[in-house]
Order: sequence, then C-alpha cells, then structure tokens
Amino acid sequence: MYNFDVEKPRTVADAVQAMAREEAQLLSGGQTLIPTLKARLASPSVLVSLSGIDEMQGLSMSDDGLLCIGGGTTHATVATGAAAQYPALAHLAARIGDPAVRNRGTIGGSVANNDPSACYPAAVLGSGATIVTDKREIAADDFFLGMFETALEEGEIVTEVKFPIPSAAHYEKIIQPASRFPLVAVFVARFADGVRVAVTGASNNGVFRWKQAEEALTENFATEAVAGLQVDAAEMISDLHGSGGYRAHLVAVMTRRAVAAAG
Amino acid sequence: MPKDGGIGASSKRREDVRFLTGNGNYTDDINIRGQAYVHFLRSDIAHGTLTSVDTAAAAAMPGVIQIFTGDDFAEIGGMPCGWQITDKHGAAMQEPKHPVLAHGKVRHVGEPIAAVVAETLAQARDAAEAIEVEIAELPAVVNMKDAVKEDAPKVHDDLTSNLCYDWGFVEENKAAVDEAFEKAAHVTTLELVNNRLVANPMEPRVAIGDYNRSDGEHTLYTTSQNPHVIRLLMGAFVLGIPEHKLRVVAPDVGGGFGTKIFHYQEEAFCTFAAKAINRPVKWTSTRSEAFMSDAHGRDHVTKIELALDAQNNFTALRTDTYANMGAYLSTFAPSVPTWLHGTLMAGNYKTPLIYVNVKAVFTNTVPVDAYRGAGRPEATFQLERVVDKCAHELGVDPIALRRQNFITEFPYATPVAVEYDTGDYVATMDKLEELADIAGFDARRKESEARGKLRGFGVNCYIEACGIAPSNLVGQLGARAGLYESATVRVNATGGLVVMTGSHSHGQGHETSFAQVVAEMIGIDESMVDIVHGDTSKVPMGMGTYGSRSIAVGGSAMVRATEKIIAKAKKIASHLLEASESDIELKDGAFSVAGTDKSVAWGDVTLAAYVPHNYPLDDIEPGLEETAFYDPSNFTYPSGAYACEVELDPETGVVTIERFTAADDFGNIINPMIVTGQVHGGLAQGIGQALLENCAYDEDGQLLSASYMDYAMPRASDLPMYDVDHSCQTPCTHNPLGVKGCGEAGAIGSPPAVVNAVLDAMRSGGKDVAHIDMPVSPSRVWAAMNG
Repeated sequence: MYNFDVEKPRTVADAVQAMAREEAQLLSGGQTLIPTLKARLASPSVLVSLSGIDEMQGLSMSDDGLLCIGGGTTHATVATGAAAQYPALAHLAARIGDPAVRNRGTIGGSVANNDPSACYPAAVLGSGATIVTDKREIAADDFFLGMFETALEEGEIVTEVKFPIPSAAHYEKIIQPASRFPLVAVFVARFADGVRVAVTGASNNGVFRWKQAEEALTENFATEAVAGLQVDAAEMISDLHGSGGYRAHLVAVMTRRAVAAAG
Repeated sequence: MPKDGGIGASSKRREDVRFLTGNGNYTDDINIRGQAYVHFLRSDIAHGTLTSVDTAAAAAMPGVIQIFTGDDFAEIGGMPCGWQITDKHGAAMQEPKHPVLAHGKVRHVGEPIAAVVAETLAQARDAAEAIEVEIAELPAVVNMKDAVKEDAPKVHDDLTSNLCYDWGFVEENKAAVDEAFEKAAHVTTLELVNNRLVANPMEPRVAIGDYNRSDGEHTLYTTSQNPHVIRLLMGAFVLGIPEHKLRVVAPDVGGGFGTKIFHYQEEAFCTFAAKAINRPVKWTSTRSEAFMSDAHGRDHVTKIELALDAQNNFTALRTDTYANMGAYLSTFAPSVPTWLHGTLMAGNYKTPLIYVNVKAVFTNTVPVDAYRGAGRPEATFQLERVVDKCAHELGVDPIALRRQNFITEFPYATPVAVEYDTGDYVATMDKLEELADIAGFDARRKESEARGKLRGFGVNCYIEACGIAPSNLVGQLGARAGLYESATVRVNATGGLVVMTGSHSHGQGHETSFAQVVAEMIGIDESMVDIVHGDTSKVPMGMGTYGSRSIAVGGSAMVRATEKIIAKAKKIASHLLEASESDIELKDGAFSVAGTDKSVAWGDVTLAAYVPHNYPLDDIEPGLEETAFYDPSNFTYPSGAYACEVELDPETGVVTIERFTAADDFGNIINPMIVTGQVHGGLAQGIGQALLENCAYDEDGQLLSASYMDYAMPRASDLPMYDVDHSCQTPCTHNPLGVKGCGEAGAIGSPPAVVNAVLDAMRSGGKDVAHIDMPVSPSRVWAAMNG
C-alpha cells in the first residue's frame, strides 16, 4: 500500500464534502479496494469510509412496496434481513464469497464496482432495481455500462438500492473454482409485466439482460420456453477457466435451472 | 484396547497447543533489534537481456540504506544444484549458472533483479518502483517440446541447447524392452500431462540475515525443512562462510511440502546483506511473490506404453517423458524426474522389462523441483492411468487386471534398480474393496442417475519409496549430499530427556511421535521427553525432512542413540544393583535384576550418571548423552490401494467427490492419529491436483495463475469425509522400528483414482473418452463430454 489518509464521515453530506479532496476514493466494504491497494494498483490520497454512515445502513420496505437496502449494508445483513421479503435476493447474498467477505462487503460497493463476475449486479439488473445516489436515482438498465463501468460520476455515492419484489425469482450460479466468483450466474425474476433475466460472470461486457430468454419466459414461464435458446459465444469471456462456448452453454443451463427453482 | 502412550498410541499433538493458541514462533515472528527490510524488484518479463539497471534515483529515496544488483554478486558463487544426472550417453547434465540476483539476462517472471534494503518495508517498496530497469525482450520458451527444437531461443546462451539431460533408464534394457513390444499381444498407449503445481504452504517463505561483527558469526533464520543443508550449500557454495561461523535456524515452519527444502536466493541475499550493511536484514515473501519464486512442482509430459501377452500379463513398459526444469536448476530438481521417478515405474506389478526416458528441459518459467511425492506421483499417475486404459481396451475388470499382475513375493527386485523389502498388495486391495463398498456401487449409481447425474468409480494402486538411501548408493547416482540422519539423546540428571534430531518438523508432529518412541523404549511417560530440531547450533548435522523420511531415517537414528543410552544406563544400574550387566532388565522405567525383586529406578540411574559418587568411574565416563547417525541400507516402500467415487453433472461438467477410500500399508505405526492426518493432508493435495490446481503460463511466459483468483486450492467443501485405513502392515525389514513413512502417500496415490472415476462416470453417460488431463475442471469435462 501507499500512504493515504482515512476519513470516516457520519453523514452522506459529510462524505460528499470529504470527497472534494483531490485523489479521494470512496471505501465501502473494501473487498476489492483493499486488495487493490495492497497490490499498489491504486494510490488515493484519502479513503472516505462509508461504514460509519447510519443513514446508509439496513433494510426497510417503502410505502410503495419496494425493498430498500442502504448502500452500506453488508451481504450478511441482507442474507438474513431480506429472507422474508425477497428470498431470492437473500439467498444470493448468503452465497457471496465466504463469511469474512459477507460480513465486510456491501451492496453499494458491489454495484458501484460492477465487477463482471460479481453476484449483486445480476440481482439489481434482474430485478429492475433503482440505484439511489447522493445526487439522483438511476434505473438499473441505465446503470451498468460494461466491465467495471457504471453511470456513476466521480465521487458519486450509492446510498441505497430499491428492489421491486417479483412474484417468483431465483439466482443460479456455477462458481469459478479458484476465485469462487460466478463463472456464470443467472438471476431470473418474474413480475406481473414480464420476466427479467440477468447474466453475470459470462460476458466481456459485464452483467447483461438476456432479452431473448426474457421474451420467451414472459410468454411461458417454464424451462421448455428457453430450451433451445443460446447466447452468442463470441461475446462471452474466454479464459483459463472456460471457453466462450462453455460459458454460453452455462448461461442456458443456469437460466433453465433458475426458472425451475423459481417455480 | 488402544494404548494411552508410547508406540501405537494416538497421543494428542503436543505442538498444537502453541500453534492453536497463537504461541508458535515462526520466522516472521522473529524481529531483531535494528533490523532493516529488503524488497526484491522482480522481473515482469519472462526472457530478456538486462541492458540497464539504474538505481541512482531510488538510492536517494527516504529510508534507503543500500540497493544491490547482480553486479554486487558477480564475484560470488551462484545457487548450487545438489544433484548431478549423467545422461544416457554418459555425459554430465548441462548445469547453468544461477545468480543470486539476475545478471545479464532475466529468465523467468519473478526472477529478482535488484534488492532494496531500507529502514521500513514500505520505503523499500517505494524505492524499488524508482529503479529504472531496461530489458530488451527476447522470445520466451515455455512449451517443452518447442524448447528442444533446433531453432528454439536458448534460455542460457552458454549452454548448447535447452536440454538439461536426456536420461535413459535402464539403458541396457532398452533393446529387450523394444523387442518385447514387438512380440506383445496387446499394447496400450497413453499420452498425458502431469500438471504444474504451486505448493502454497500456509506460511510463505521468510529469511532474516544477522551478522555479529564481534565474533564474525552469521545467523540465518529461515523457513526451511533442512537447516543443515542450507548451511552447507550457502556457506560452502554461495557465500564462502565456514560452517562454524554460520548458524541456520528454522524455527516453527508452517508447512513445506517440498518447496522449503531448497536453498533460495533470498536466503543468501539476507545473509550477505546483513554483513554488508552491518544490520539484520529481513525478507517476508508476499503470496504474490511466492507464486513466482517458490519452486513449482510436477510439470511432466509423458507418453507411456504398456505391453501385454495374450494372457494379459504385463510384459514390458516404456515411457518417454519431458520434465520441465524451469529457467534454472533448483537444488534437487534433476533428481525428481530421474531417480525419484524412473525407479518407481514398476509400481505394484511384476512387469519384467521397463525402459524410462526422461528429457529435462529448460524453459522461461519458475524453477521446478520436488513437491509432496516428487517424481512418485508422476510415475504413479502414468502407470495407473495406462493400466486402467488397458483394462477398458481389453474389456477386463481394472481391479482383476491389477491383481493378476501384482508382485506377491518379497523381497522383489524390480527391473528399475530397486528392491522392495516387504508389501502385501493383495491385502490392501482386499481391504479397499471391503471399505469402498463396491457391492453397493450400482445402487448408488442408480440413485445419482435418478437425479440426472452420472456416477463413476475409479481405483488405483501405488508404491512409494521413502527415506532415499543409502548414502554411498545415492552418491553414485549423483547426489551431492549424504542421506543419513542424526540424533543426540541428552538425559538430564533428574531423568528427563531432550532429543536433538536432524529431522525437521514443519507440521508433521515430530515433537509428539518422536517422544512416543523414546518414552516406549525406556518405559517412561512421554512428557519426560522433549524434541529439539531446526537449529544448527543445537542439533547434530542432519539432513532434514522430505521424502517421508523422518520416522524411517530420523526415527531410526533416535532409536540407535537411545539404545546407546540404555546400554550405558544398564552398566550404571548393574553397578548400583551390584549385579552382572547381562542380568539387568529395563522395564517400565526401572532397572531390575532378572529373577530377583532388586531394582533401581530410571531417575536414580540418571542421577548417578551426573552425581557419580557411587559410580564405576574406572569403567565408564560420567554423563548420559549419546549421538547416533543412521544411514539406511535401502528405501522403504509403503504401498496401498485407493478408490474414488465421483458424481458428474453432465450439463455443467462439475465433478464432486462423493467417497474416497484409502487402504495403506505403512508398516508399523507410531501414532495412528498423526498417520491418519498425514493421509488426509496428502489426499487433499492429490485431489487438489486432480480436480483444481493448475499453474498455467501463456506463450510469452507470463504466469496466468499468479494468485488465488486463478489458482484453485482445494477447500474442505471440495473434499468428502475420507475412509482411511492402515491396518494392513508389513513392517519394513531393515530399520529398527519397522516403519515405512506416510507423508506423501495421499498425494501420490490419489490423482489416478480421481481421473479413473471421472472417465468411468463419462462412460456410464455414453461417452468413452480415452483420457482427460488434470485438473479435471468443469470446462474440460464439458468439452470432453461434448467433443
């Protein structure tokens, strides 16, 4: 690590102010940032920690039936706190990384980082959630712009994520054996106005909606509906752990299994 | 009835009290007043000419004490290789220079180019980033078969080629083997890869050099499996320090698995630099550095052929192996694909004719050396895969084919130079068949199939050779070291004992099991015996721990020393009891006169030895301390039979291990609990190799699996509850304990069973695949299923 200062504001407003410093960097759960710093791949002047901001913590239901999760809420808290209202989301949170990761990592940090193999972006995009920041609200469809790229501006803070609750949903993943991130994972959510299918881990462009499967499943929410469908292998990641063809195949398998499990 | 102490008891590991309560003393726990820190600037290029290393700006950075480059070591010896191989034409292997810091060229990613010594580690790292290195990149050689082509770029310009040696074994048998193949009724051929691995002990390597100007003594604290070997190699061959001025301490060491046998540049650097700057110098490897600087393991590419007669008897075996040495020869690298591999090719079978060819090749990769099993897993994998493939080609039961060809009479002289003293391969296979519940397999397969899964069953046998010896033989084979072991037993006046052993424990539990042996021999409580190891200033010259040699060789030295103690104690007792020495019996910690009720306690005898008022001073010296050096007459040959049962998801290619059964013959056993633990650990690493671990380079020599993000280590959730048995025991005939060693068996014996089981599962799904390379990852299985 290089030397840096740490600030721990108590409010979002103070955090925004702290971010005015040059080369300031937001720190949420630190599950990606801390290893990056240890490898000396980043050299912020100051880390602005979000973990002391009470208004960014916890889960609640809004009047209009949205599950609202503070940006600083850990995966472990979501795993238990969302179990009653949104079991598929709680189940996803319960299987991110290992206990140490789940007790440190946060939903805000995960969506802001938009790792192409992260779990949460699939749930956020698959649910059609809304990302709330210190400045505005961004629809999930407009938020994820590619590998590690989002609609967030420099220093913009994800303060909350608001999830509409589907009538049925499931997250199915196969893990990359080393990192235990998804090699391919699919979040399927069924709403009154249609089905959403979000895929993570697979694509060179990060999390994406598999529109073809969505249309088929909206028509008929059953595994047969997606039986013959396939994503384009050329757009899938090809690496040590699997070819693009293998990942494309897994997208179809994970989707079928997610549909079957969502019931 | 299980014993509650001594040989055969599952005594609790006494060392775990300190390990599990955070009170271990690992090398990184040692901090010496005034110590400075070193950070190594390592090459990120696999192959290139080092045109310039400009340290001027870095040297002016805050806290920097001194920066060293290859030039500073130009007049100093390079890293030595401890084993010379003679090739099939009678010529010595090609042995390149191995500088402490890169000089002239860089030859692998991770090779140290410069070393920055500073007041703090952060300052050293900051300054390292300010060093300006210019490297003119050269084409890298990574693939072994490409590396030996005529026009391949040379890793070492002063060698004639990238071929270290071309070894034939037994060369005199070659014509007869070829003839047997011509006459064979059936020949099975298999080409396979034994995947490159990174050992990944939990504790990364650490070195601290210290120099005392007042007495000219150097001390090196290091994470080593064999401190005396490091003292000899570094003192005599690298730095020119006489051994009486060099102390090497390897305190608690958090796992070695072979990768901490070798003498590394960082050890020599810290020792050298401590004198140069007159301050202690400390280096602690990061995990990232470990991936690119710890010696890697395995990395063989082999073609194996098995010939059979019309009755399915094995008649000949022929192998052709390329073994990756990496960019330089690590300490014992040349011995691994030769004497630790070729000699094992008979396995458990009475194949009369065997010829092994090994081409060792230099590439622009991290040096490769011994890793748990070292040569024997490679031999076992080839042999047990080709036997399995053969059984399927012939349409015979793989177990029946093995049984038919088992060696059943001992001693047995193999055609590959070694003689097995004992073994009972039928007994371990019988035990395996019983424990693995083969009869119930069909029902389990049906149950899996009902859930859309495939189920497969695979077995293999293994033979291992531990405690490589005797020294005069291994000297003829090219070892530049002896392979005895030492022990000093020091008895205190009040009866307690301290055993100073040349073996080194880095997780094996020697402090417990060694104490059990001595306690049993004297008939006292284990708590009266302490084991000391890991410090050249305390223990006699010893060769350390590797190759599952500690109990067989180190334990035997300890037995011999204890026998001397007992012999002398009996003389003292006979004086105290006024009886003839030949009538003295030692039992339960007391000396008695046979046929009488006269006796004297152990503590009275030991007190007399040090307070010799009533003592035969005319006949014997006071004191009770004895040393023994034990040089075995042969290897020991543990063996066993393993079975693996897997479930395979045909849609995803994911393989899970549902059952794993191990029936081992380790000869006599000192502590069954520790032996079971050793087998568990070995199985985890063997299954890790088979399913998960893969050290991969790209064609430019960049390490692709350079962190845990891409290098898959086995975790508890990847492994089943093992069924481990070591009730089959044919004691070793040539060491005093009848022990064989158990440390590597699990890693040697498990990979073929896993692969055999996966192929069986695939066949049950209608896909008959001849072979699948390790690691058997989901993507490879899926590709094979859909290929």
